[in-house]
Amino acid sequence: MKKVIMGNHAVSHAVMLAGAEVIAAYPITPQTQIVEELSNMCAEGRLKAKFIKVESEHSAMACCIGASAAGSRAFTATSSQGLALMHELLHWAAGARTPVVLAEVNRALAPGWNIWADQSDALAQRDTGWLQFYCTSNQEILDSILIAFRVAEMVSLPAMVVYDAFYLSHTYEAVDIPDRQLVDRFLPPYKPEVKLDVEKPKAFGSLTTPEYYMEMRHKIEEATERVHELLPQVYAEFHNIFGRRYDVLEGYRCDDADLLLVTSGTVSSTARIVIDKLREAGKRVGRLNIRLFRPFPARPLREALRGYKKVAVLDRNISFGQGGIFAQELRAALCNEKEKPQVFGFIAGLGGRDITPAAIEEVIATADKLDEPAREIEWIGLKA
Amino acid sequence: MIEIRFHGRGGQGAVTSAKILADAFFRENKHVQSFPAFGVERRGAPVMAFTRIDENPIFIRCNVYEPDIVVVLDPTLVGETDVVGGLKSGGKVLLNSPNQRVEIPAFKPFAVATVNATELAVRHGLGSRSNPIVNTAILGAFARATGLVGLDSILESIREGVPKGAEKNVAAARDAYEQTLLFGDTMPHRVPE
Repeated sequence: MKKVIMGNHAVSHAVMLAGAEVIAAYPITPQTQIVEELSNMCAEGRLKAKFIKVESEHSAMACCIGASAAGSRAFTATSSQGLALMHELLHWAAGARTPVVLAEVNRALAPGWNIWADQSDALAQRDTGWLQFYCTSNQEILDSILIAFRVAEMVSLPAMVVYDAFYLSHTYEAVDIPDRQLVDRFLPPYKPEVKLDVEKPKAFGSLTTPEYYMEMRHKIEEATERVHELLPQVYAEFHNIFGRRYDVLEGYRCDDADLLLVTSGTVSSTARIVIDKLREAGKRVGRLNIRLFRPFPARPLREALRGYKKVAVLDRNISFGQGGIFAQELRAALCNEKEKPQVFGFIAGLGGRDITPAAIEEVIATADKLDEPAREIEWIGLKA
Repeated sequence: MIEIRFHGRGGQGAVTSAKILADAFFRENKHVQSFPAFGVERRGAPVMAFTRIDENPIFIRCNVYEPDIVVVLDPTLVGETDVVGGLKSGGKVLLNSPNQRVEIPAFKPFAVATVNATELAVRHGLGSRSNPIVNTAILGAFARATGLVGLDSILESIREGVPKGAEKNVAAARDAYEQTLLFGDTMPHRVPE
């Protein structure tokens, strides 16, 4: 059934349809309506989950890890400062191989206090072992939560579904909320091989000596790499059941382009309009949206960028001293290619500064007129 | 694409109004998008909300800078806020106003419609006398003033989108539809059948 709902409620519906069994959340800022609606669903009996209200995001993640270790499908949601506070336990969730799913609304980190869109909070967690999916619409948010549960449980790793504050979180648009029967076909019940069980006691999280620790890390890396094989199959199944097609990378009018704009999140959506306008004016430009950030789709990117002369990466995030994080990872993926494009790195939209079509045009025009980048980072829309 | 900007005060329901309007257009098979001005909500402070409508999927995801239509829920905002800032030439203004005729210099270039939504809200018991909730009445007037969306769609969306007292809101919207003054008219219309 199609309904006009906000991005945060798209998450709530997906979590209900996924039949989450334990939801733990800290209910105050930077929390959003995601868990407000989920608590309503639990109170009204529409969702038979244990809703645990905790005193911090750190505890929320601890609850989820415990619930997941006991064999439950567990979910939480947070943003910015809340995600930062979870950091220690994000590592724990991945290390313990608990497939917790987290909805992460991209909000800027303080100070200055700011609740607006900025990807730096999620990207700062890139080394914690979580899978990360970035979304461009409310439909994609709902679908990505279902896909995240499926893939996370296949590889026993936690997954984060990431989307821009306000541009999606508080924006209403039509979303197809699928029937439970369809979701059940796509997402089987969570049945872990190993779980906390009083009938069959096992020890979890014990001291791991140098004899074993490295192998555990190697297994996490292997499981992460498996996502590259599994995800295209899961996307294909999703398409068969729900009729909506996704891919790790999504190109728009890339054929014969002289310049490719690489983006993620809602900027990818706005960029379509700019590409259409420039194409109409005879400019050969295209856009590539990166949907999966962890594991980083290095091989698909190398293939997608082969033969292009210029790539402009627009980042709504910053790693101080290094620049935009998508640009950084894209450059690393290309470094051993014999023929590679010039990569221009742009930063825009930090802390919710609007990224308008004009700002995107400026990005493209800047890369267009230069043969090679004039500097590591170009800032767009910076006040003098 | 048609872009609409709502001006209200925190607590008056401008955001809900923008959302219900989007839902009404959605019932008429339009693509819609609605969002609040991305700020921090405070009761009584000026707030904005936006609705975009198109025949085609909407990909733009940034603020509205040049709306086609402006809806003002609180007449005291006029003068305090530049409610017609960026309004496209030939644009429309729908103003909640106790006065049938409005003579506001800034509104001169635009087509202006008025409705006394405050009085209708009080009459139908929406909110309190000191803090009437006009956000549903104004939508009935929107249907009348713009002709872009059917009153029935508005009323259905109100029924679904208002948490309690839906029928009082429906009645207020219906009255507003009938009492909207279009662009300098001095007498209320009956709705042409």
